[in-house]
Amino acid sequence: MSILLAITIGLLVAAGLYRLLGPGRIDALVGLILLGQAANLVLFASGGLRHNAPALISDGMAEPSDPLPQALVLTAIVIGFGIIAFLLTLVLRAAGNDHDA
Amino acid sequence: MTPDLQLLLCLLSPFLGALACLAVGPRPRVSAALAILAVAVSLAAALGLVAATAAGEAFAVHAGGWSAPFGIVLVADTFSALMLAVCQLVTLAALVTGAALLPARWHRRHFFPLVLTLSTATCGAFLTGDLFNLYVWFEVLLLSSFALMAVMRGPGARAGAWRYVLLNLVSSLLFLAAAGLIYGKTGSLNFADLHQRFAGADDAFLVKSSTALLFGSFAIKSALLPFAFWLPASYPALPPAVSALFAGLLTKVGLYAMFRVFGMVFATDTFPHRDLLLILAVATMLGGVLGAVAQGGMRRILSFHIISQVGYMALALALFTPLALAAGIFYLVHHIVVKANLFLVAGLVERRAGSSELDRTGGLLRAAPWLAALFAVPALSLAGIPPLSGFFAKFALLRSSLEIGDTLATTAIIGVGLLTVFSMLKIWRTAFWGEAPTGAPAKPASPLAITSSAALAVVTLGLGLAAGPLFGLAETAAEGLRHPTAYLDAVLGAGNPPSPETASGK
Repeated sequence: MSILLAITIGLLVAAGLYRLLGPGRIDALVGLILLGQAANLVLFASGGLRHNAPALISDGMAEPSDPLPQALVLTAIVIGFGIIAFLLTLVLRAAGNDHDA
Repeated sequence: MTPDLQLLLCLLSPFLGALACLAVGPRPRVSAALAILAVAVSLAAALGLVAATAAGEAFAVHAGGWSAPFGIVLVADTFSALMLAVCQLVTLAALVTGAALLPARWHRRHFFPLVLTLSTATCGAFLTGDLFNLYVWFEVLLLSSFALMAVMRGPGARAGAWRYVLLNLVSSLLFLAAAGLIYGKTGSLNFADLHQRFAGADDAFLVKSSTALLFGSFAIKSALLPFAFWLPASYPALPPAVSALFAGLLTKVGLYAMFRVFGMVFATDTFPHRDLLLILAVATMLGGVLGAVAQGGMRRILSFHIISQVGYMALALALFTPLALAAGIFYLVHHIVVKANLFLVAGLVERRAGSSELDRTGGLLRAAPWLAALFAVPALSLAGIPPLSGFFAKFALLRSSLEIGDTLATTAIIGVGLLTVFSMLKIWRTAFWGEAPTGAPAKPASPLAITSSAALAVVTLGLGLAAGPLFGLAETAAEGLRHPTAYLDAVLGAGNPPSPETASGK
C-alpha cells in the first residue's frame, strides 16, 4: 500500500512538472493541479496508512488512525480549489482580452 | 491593555476593517478612512507589543483554550513584534498614498479590502506558532496579492503577474509537502514542540530531506537568486502604492519565515542547508545589484535592488552568529521602511515628470527640490551612508563577517555596497541633475502622498539616530531566536513538560 502510494505520488509529480514546463497557460495550470494533488497525498500519508481504523478513540480500540493529517489535507484541498478557480478566471479573462486586442 | 489582547487586536483589526470596507461598498472616502483607521489601530497594538516584549518576553494566545502542541497558538516575541510594527507602518503609508493617488477605477476594484486582507495575512504569518498555519497565512497573502495584481493593465504586466503567481504557487506546494513530511517524521507541527524534538534528533538525513523542501519554498518567496526572476518582472508594472506595499512586505515575509524556521525551529549550533544559504545569499547580492546596474528605469532598478538586499539579509542568517542575526533583524526593519519609501517616491517622480524612465526625466533637483530631498534620504540610507539606518545595518553585518573571517562574505558585502552606491548615483545624476526634457506633462503634486513619503523618511532618519536602542532591540530579538526559552515557556507552559506523542504507531 505504501509503495503503491509512493509510486502514485512520484508519477503525479513527474506528470505535473512536465505539464508545468509546457508552452501554454492551461498546460501550466494542469501541471499545478497535478502537483497539488501530489502534495495533498504526501500530507495524507503523513499520518500513517491504516486500514479500517476509526479517527476517534473509543473504548476497546487499540489503534486509532491519526485525524490531524485528514483535517490538514481537507484544508489544503479547499485552499487549492479556491486558488485554481481564481487562476482559471485569470487565464480565461486574459485569453478574452487578447482576442479583443 | 494586556499583551494578549494587543496580539489579537493586531490581527483582528485589519480583518474587521476589510469586512467593514466591503460592507460600505463603493464609497472610496469612507472605505479609505476605515482602512486607515484599521491599520492605525493595528500599528498601535503592534507598538504596544514591541514595548511589552522589549526585554525578551514572549506572549502566546492558545485558541479555544487547547493546550500547546495540539491547539492553534499565536505567539509574539520580540522579533515578531518588531516585524509587525514596521510592516503595519509601511502598510499605513501605502494606504494613504493609495487613497491620494490611485485612480477611481482602483477604488471600485476593492483596493482597500484587498490591502487589508494582505495586512491580516502578514500579521498572521508573523504571529503564528505552527507550520501549517504559516502555510495557510501564506496562501491568504498570495491570494490577496494575486487579486491586487490581477487588476493591472497591459500585456507586459500580465506576463509578469503570471510568472509571480506560478512560481509562488509551486513554492506553496513545496511548503505543503514539507509540512506533511515533517509531521510524518515528528508527529508535530508546533514550532516550540518541533524545536524541542529536533534538539535531540539524530536522523540528520531525514531532517535535511524535508527541510530542503521548506528551504526551496522560502527561497522562492524571499526571491533568492535562482528563483528571483518573478520579482523584477512583476513589481515595476504595478501602481506605486501597490508596488511599495509589495516591495515592503512580500519578500520580507519569506525572509521572516526563513529566520523563524531555520534560525530558531530547526537550529541548534547550526541549521540544515546553511552552506547552501551562504552561497545563494552571496550570489543573490551580486546578481541583484548587477541586474540593477544594467537597468534604465527607476522602478526596475529599485526592483533589482530588493533582490540584492534580500541577499544581505539571507547572508546575515547564514553567518548565524548572535551579532550577524541581530544585524539581519535590524536590516529587515531598515529595509522594509526604506524600500517601500523609495517606491512611493518613484511614484511621485512619475507624477511630476510623467515617467520614471531615466532617459525621459531630468532636472528634478531644480524643478522640485522637495522631491529630491524625499528621494535622497531613503536612497542614501539604502546605499549605507552614515548616519542613516542602512549604514548601521551594513556595518554590523560587515563586522560579524570579519569576526568569523569569512572572506567571501566580507568581499561581497563591500563590493555590492559600492555597486549599490553606483546605481543610486545613476538615478540621482540623470533624474535629478540632468537636463529636463521638454514638454513633460506634470500632474499636480498630492500633499497626502508627499506627507506619507515624508513620514517614512523621518522614520528612516529616526532609525539612524536611534540606532543604538534599536540595535539593542534587534539583539534581544536575535537572542530570542538562538535561545527561545521565553518562547517555549509561553507556548508550552513554564517548565516545558515533555510533550506527549501526538501521533502513535509510526
